[in-house]
Amino acid sequence: MSDVRIWNGKSAGEPGSGHDLNRRSFLRTGAAAVGGIAALAAALSPLKDLKPDELPTVDEFLQKHYKEMNAQEMEQALERIREQVAKRYGVRPHLRDVKPMDGVEFVYALNLSRCIGCRKCVHACVAENNQSRSPEIQYIRVLEMPRGTTDVEQANHHYDHAMVPSPNHYYMPVQCHQCANPPCVKVCPVEATWQEPDGITVIDYDWCIGCRYCEAACPYWARRFNFTTPTLPGAEVNPEMGYLSNRPRAKGVVEKCHFCLHRTRAGKMPACLEACPTGARKFGNVLDPNSEISQILRTKRIFVLKEEVGTLPRFFYYFDERYPFSLDPEAVEIGRSLALIPDTGRCV
Amino acid sequence: MRQYLTFLARCFRLSFVGDWRYYTWMFVLTVGALLGLNAYCKQLVYGLGVTGMTDHVSWGFYIANFTYLVGMAAAAVMLVIPVYIYRNKELHDLVIFGELFAVAAILMALAFVTVDLGRPDRFHHLLLRFNFPTSMLTWDVLVLNGYLLLNLHICGYLVYTAYRRRTPTKIFYIPFVFVAIVWAISIHTVTAFLYSGLGGRPFWNSAVIAPRFLASAFAAGPAFLILTLAVLKRVTRYHVPEKAFMTLRNIVTVAMTINMFLLGSEAFTEFYTDSAHAASAHYLFVGLHGHTALVPWIWSAIALNCVALFVLYMPISRTMGWLGLACVLLIVGVWIEKGMGLIVPAFIPTPLGEVVEYFPTLNETLVSIGIWCFGLLVYTILVRITVPVLSGRLTYDRGFTDESTTIAASDAAPGHA
Repeated sequence: MSDVRIWNGKSAGEPGSGHDLNRRSFLRTGAAAVGGIAALAAALSPLKDLKPDELPTVDEFLQKHYKEMNAQEMEQALERIREQVAKRYGVRPHLRDVKPMDGVEFVYALNLSRCIGCRKCVHACVAENNQSRSPEIQYIRVLEMPRGTTDVEQANHHYDHAMVPSPNHYYMPVQCHQCANPPCVKVCPVEATWQEPDGITVIDYDWCIGCRYCEAACPYWARRFNFTTPTLPGAEVNPEMGYLSNRPRAKGVVEKCHFCLHRTRAGKMPACLEACPTGARKFGNVLDPNSEISQILRTKRIFVLKEEVGTLPRFFYYFDERYPFSLDPEAVEIGRSLALIPDTGRCV
Repeated sequence: MRQYLTFLARCFRLSFVGDWRYYTWMFVLTVGALLGLNAYCKQLVYGLGVTGMTDHVSWGFYIANFTYLVGMAAAAVMLVIPVYIYRNKELHDLVIFGELFAVAAILMALAFVTVDLGRPDRFHHLLLRFNFPTSMLTWDVLVLNGYLLLNLHICGYLVYTAYRRRTPTKIFYIPFVFVAIVWAISIHTVTAFLYSGLGGRPFWNSAVIAPRFLASAFAAGPAFLILTLAVLKRVTRYHVPEKAFMTLRNIVTVAMTINMFLLGSEAFTEFYTDSAHAASAHYLFVGLHGHTALVPWIWSAIALNCVALFVLYMPISRTMGWLGLACVLLIVGVWIEKGMGLIVPAFIPTPLGEVVEYFPTLNETLVSIGIWCFGLLVYTILVRITVPVLSGRLTYDRGFTDESTTIAASDAAPGHA
């Protein structure tokens, strides 16, 4: 009440009560203000645990979108990242911005008659692409599917047998399908993800705001979000890095498979393909009619996952017609020689 | 300009004046908001890992609340239409409380999206590369901020002219009011399109989402306003005619009936077809492969909605007590149904068929409570200022006047039930 009077300029300074009220209200307001500021400070106190290392530097804050950087600005950004990686992981990386090649469109095909579900591709991918080890982020999910269906809801994601494959099942690895009509690109509010001329959908990790709309949009569950600071031991860092591919990511951004573009754009094969012991994975340039991948697309009975969602994947699956009811015996032989498949027993 | 600053200073001053009920209410809200801020600071340090969200269920409680609040904001239009199109006299002096609530609701909605961002420090990227018109999220940014500005302008103009004791010039606000009517519908439609446009999420990929959003919003929003006006009537001398409550009651009843009809249509399509696309609906209503976290929630929401609707259909809801009860039940029911009940099941099972459930963590809940407290704090202050201005007790030439300080004290802004 006293507040009202003083503020109206009516009671303040009036003989008698005015002076007293004035002081009392001053003390009361002061106490409330001090209390309020103290409470605010207490509320903000967790911020003191922010690691200075994790805060964006001025250069990082002002860095332009990938497509807007000129050669010099890109070199500055690369140098900044190299220094950051060297400081954080103790490894000076060989970081480049590898551009797509003319006349190349990459396509992947997976021979399901050869996949034995050993998950070597999953782990090779993690090692190649500097993913967080804890929590471990994996780009490839191998589904153990009952024979006779391609309905992913019947898949077992967490099969854990001593030996693979399990009888009456086949294995279907799923990763980013590098769609020609990618819903993730469509929904991104800041154009942090886009499709490159060679068909690879990439992410500028320095531009992503972490809204995860792309994660909601992807029908293949291909995208991963860094819910916390990724941990990557310095000894396990792969120093061969690309700006749009496997350089270490920060907390709060989305990542996914990029067809190992730092390798494939330099003429090498993706890490998952190289790790596959049975040769189930095929990769190449679909624009070259003589490539193995073109031949596969021409001659095999290929199919894509969830064709009805209209994403036009660049990731194809096929079963080898020669072995309609079993795994390719050659794949079984390789599996046995690597002790992945038991010598005896009903496994195919 | 100086006069406007004086106005702002007086408003600021006034927001600290009230009786013990006002202080208690504001103290509780402030504590809640600070707890939320504290929880958000923790989230900033450790990342969104402090929430229950995962790569499987990548949107949760935050986006659920965001969706609900966009609807609450849009619902102000249900007061505007009767007043400005049908010339309803009873609601005329009350429409501003709807518009003020729209302001508070939009602020809360924007806060919920902001806390959901992994990299809030890169917010300015939205200004630099704006994927418009392809991304529905950019549409949402535009319509939400546009709606906020529209309502700030309309409310600010009307309150300020009342403060200066001038008659508002129609051309300065009527066109904005009509734009705001269309705009209100657009904000909730765009928010629905955000979900329904995703082909990879069959649970959302349905044309009925947008109409359902509007129907549930036009039920829950006016229900909230009924409660606000009831509180206003009780703690201030502001004139709230009985007929206003009945008009709002009709709006709530019709909107809620349509909402239940649309929910039923949705459920029929999912369960009668029973295709693979119904897995999420199965998860929500009956559970999937033994996972049933949302089942009790959705059935309590349906029960709350049905009871509320039954009470509204009955003549007893002409009395304030029953009407208030129906409104509370309905607000909670819709909050569950279109919040968690709409966002979370779309992620379960994942596009690769995995069933991973989602539970909000304590930290996430605290952040959400904090945002709600902050929004109600803003709304209370806005109402606290508007009531004396509109009733001519805070004007430019006379300042804050009242017959006695006792009345000034009891004339505090409303608390909320």
